[in-house]
Amino acid sequence: MTQEPILTARGLVKRYGRVTALDNADFDLYPGEILAVIGDNGAGKSSLIKAISGAAVPDEGEIRLEGKPVAFRSPMEAREAGIETVYQNLALSPALSIADNMFLGREIRKPGFLGDWLRMLDRPAMEKRARDKLTELGLMTIQNISQAVETLSGGQRQGVAVARAAAFGSRVVIMDEPTAALGVKESRRVLELILDVKKRGLPIVLISHNMPHVFEVADRIHIHRLGRRLCVIDPKQYTMSDAVAFMTGAKVPPEAALAA
Amino acid sequence: MAQAQEFEKVLSSSDTSVAAFDEHKSAVKRIQHFLHSTPAAVPLIVLLLAIIVFGITIGGRFFSSYTLTLILQQIAIVGILGAAQTLVILTAGIDLSIGVIMVISAVIMGNCAVSYGLPSVLAVAIGLAAGAACGLLNGVLVAYMKLPPFIVTLGTWNIVMATNFIYSANETIRDTDVDTQAPLLHLFALSFKVGTAVLTLGVIATVVLVLILWYVLNHTAWGRHVYAVGDDQEAAKLSGIQTKKVLMTVYTLAGLIAAFAAWVSIGRNGSISPSAAVTDYNLQAITATVIGGISLFGGRGSILGTLFGAMIVGVVSMGLNMLGADPQWKVLLTGVLIIGAVAIDQWIRKVSA
Repeated sequence: MTQEPILTARGLVKRYGRVTALDNADFDLYPGEILAVIGDNGAGKSSLIKAISGAAVPDEGEIRLEGKPVAFRSPMEAREAGIETVYQNLALSPALSIADNMFLGREIRKPGFLGDWLRMLDRPAMEKRARDKLTELGLMTIQNISQAVETLSGGQRQGVAVARAAAFGSRVVIMDEPTAALGVKESRRVLELILDVKKRGLPIVLISHNMPHVFEVADRIHIHRLGRRLCVIDPKQYTMSDAVAFMTGAKVPPEAALAA
Repeated sequence: MAQAQEFEKVLSSSDTSVAAFDEHKSAVKRIQHFLHSTPAAVPLIVLLLAIIVFGITIGGRFFSSYTLTLILQQIAIVGILGAAQTLVILTAGIDLSIGVIMVISAVIMGNCAVSYGLPSVLAVAIGLAAGAACGLLNGVLVAYMKLPPFIVTLGTWNIVMATNFIYSANETIRDTDVDTQAPLLHLFALSFKVGTAVLTLGVIATVVLVLILWYVLNHTAWGRHVYAVGDDQEAAKLSGIQTKKVLMTVYTLAGLIAAFAAWVSIGRNGSISPSAAVTDYNLQAITATVIGGISLFGGRGSILGTLFGAMIVGVVSMGLNMLGADPQWKVLLTGVLIIGAVAIDQWIRKVSA
């Protein structure tokens, strides 16, 4: 890897009371890749993702985006820096419409007096962009862009959340367990969506427990264990059972992987 | 296309039709869906029914524009307080203190104008600021101290009420004093006649306020954020909404609107009494909100519904009055309406399940 990483973290520490969720964790994401993050329950995957997506502030350590140190205090700040996250619980507001949800927190206002003084939202513009984005990602089985999100199926909601991240993410897209709640067919759609997003040159961080999915789409696999990065492996050189053995501590990874 | 797993290969021959819905929905289902997308419809229908029922039983005397506009005058204050309460309930909170905020704001306005001899405009401004400050206190405690809204506002209710009695020494400011020294405080009592209909400025202010809030809630980013925070606060936060700021502005605005209700109430009552029936106003405002279809769980309902809710209570009590019924019937019927409204709310929510 001769390229510079787009997102790096060094020595991240996060404690919750007596529990140390992150213990000197490191992290590297290179441009245009899909990096899978795997690990046992309680290994600190979620804490790591929260730290780089701004949902939690690490106690120690440094995060760099394109070489510049950043310190996100809220998800909004991470989003402004171009890091979009699809949360496991999707972070959608059920009673609001699809378009309203996609633009939540970054609404478009009408130009001129209506927008500047009456702060009026530009619904037609937001609905058009939302529709374009969903069509682009092949999700236009949704009939009505102004229908409430709570009337959608689980797969469609996932689609809306992914479309939102893909529409606004300019540097990094993070996906936390995007296929966990989905059926076989819907999971396949989401994996295709992930590869679609990658094709557009956006690097993706994929957190998943589903080994077949991870080995299928990931370029590199970051294995998290006991609050820190254990190793990074190439899915072409290791098998799924190797990965499981590393992350559960059944097997010690080779020196080469540790250095990566 | 991603390389499919072995077991997924059969997917290529799978059924490609997506979520085809049975279009032959039953009439009940269709009504349920309509009500789900138009939350102010139920209170509007109930309101029209109430008017028709009382119109038939009482006759022309009830249907006169004089009676109908008199009802509007009676519900103006409750309508304004209900609008403030609606904002708070939309965020899945509740504000028990708006009634006393209204009373203390009225007392402050009156004292500034009559006892201290300040210019009326300044007196009104100070009163409004005092209301907003009380709301801000609620907002800070709810948003930043993360205390439950019920407890916070129960506390501030007592604090503000006691402050009000200590500050005012429980002295009423007389109607004539207000009239001679600060006629601006009676502004909202101004009335004009259209035929037999009598409209006060207070009634018009109520309707205009609700329309403005309707616009803000539905057509500005802040309004959408209010709904999102009430719907699912955690999700709203993760999608980048500054939930604390939204909560704080909502409670502050509720306090400000309560102070505005104070100004309107001075116009309606004439005199300013520190011992006005606070509990009544409080409960009536919550009642109007609930009957108006605002979900107590937050995030659902239209503020237009609150106005209709206030009108329903007004129509029912006026109708029963004219029928010469025992006033307790009104209380009983209000209770039935509240339970009915919440039951309908639960039924409508099932549209998504």
